[in-house]
Amino acid sequence: MCTYSTEHVPATGSGKGPDGWFRLREVSVYFDHPAHAVADHTLNIDFINPVQGPSARVAVELTAQTARDLARAIESALGAAPPGLA
Amino acid sequence: MNEALTAETVMMKGHDGDQLEAYLARPDGVESFGGVVMIHHLPGYDSSTKEMARKFAAHGYAALIPNLYYRDSPGASPDDAAAAARAKGGVPDEQVVGDVAGAAAYLRDLPGSNGKIGVIGHCSGGRQAFLAACSLPFDAAVDCYGGAVVRVPEGAPASFKPLIGLSKNLSCPLLGLFGADDQFPTPAETAELSATLEEFSKPHEFHTFPGAGHAFFSVDRPSYRVEAAVDGWEKIWAFFGKRLAGKA
Repeated sequence: MCTYSTEHVPATGSGKGPDGWFRLREVSVYFDHPAHAVADHTLNIDFINPVQGPSARVAVELTAQTARDLARAIESALGAAPPGLA
Repeated sequence: MNEALTAETVMMKGHDGDQLEAYLARPDGVESFGGVVMIHHLPGYDSSTKEMARKFAAHGYAALIPNLYYRDSPGASPDDAAAAARAKGGVPDEQVVGDVAGAAAYLRDLPGSNGKIGVIGHCSGGRQAFLAACSLPFDAAVDCYGGAVVRVPEGAPASFKPLIGLSKNLSCPLLGLFGADDQFPTPAETAELSATLEEFSKPHEFHTFPGAGHAFFSVDRPSYRVEAAVDGWEKIWAFFGKRLAGKA
């Protein structure tokens, strides 16, 4: 199904899209049909800058397992940073 | 039928007179044809939807897919445009109806049109096909596993409403093609929709295919179910053949 629900995260950082690096403004996170991955549904993340237009986007489509592993890895990497850095 | 066709990108007028890109596939060497407005699914104005438009043309219909995301993302790739639309909270129902009305008018004006127009959509497009058929005059409508007609899924934007309350306004016969294993919509929901349409004496024909879930027509996804898809296409040809084919 098309799930319709989307998590919106304001973002500070950069992403590298088809035209090179750009400043990020927002991240959209949703579980829905992928455009490319061979799966019925994937966890999709769009790192975007709407001010620069729809092509300012870094997209990933991950299986649910990969997405959960990634979420754990992000927390783990942040937790392993020296005190005061992250 | 020789299956010859022409497919191209055209511009059309949508909601509020906005200029929209659309994909048109029409049969060649056919004296008179019906038209089908195809509503793309939430992931966008993509290749798989355009492939279906060419299938309609090969079967003798002119098919037009309005790009529902064009006004905000002209020239963007379909997946980028879909992501941008999603980030903005989706496309309002009223705008979809206006765009579909423009597409129907475009098809009616094509040289060779017999004036008979249908609408079809899959997944979110199935929901919007039902919405369009309850809002505009059509000769036939096909809802392929449209979710959120009877119940809206948890987490959907607040502006997103169920459509079953519009049933009394359905303007044409409705063909519903659903999967028995689908959860969006569930067989219980499609049965509820069928009962409501019965209540208003609205002609409809619903089929729920065993062994199929959501998106069983999608040839490029694991959800593809060949038996349901082949049978489903045959039901579409029979349904549209009776209501859209022939001379004006």
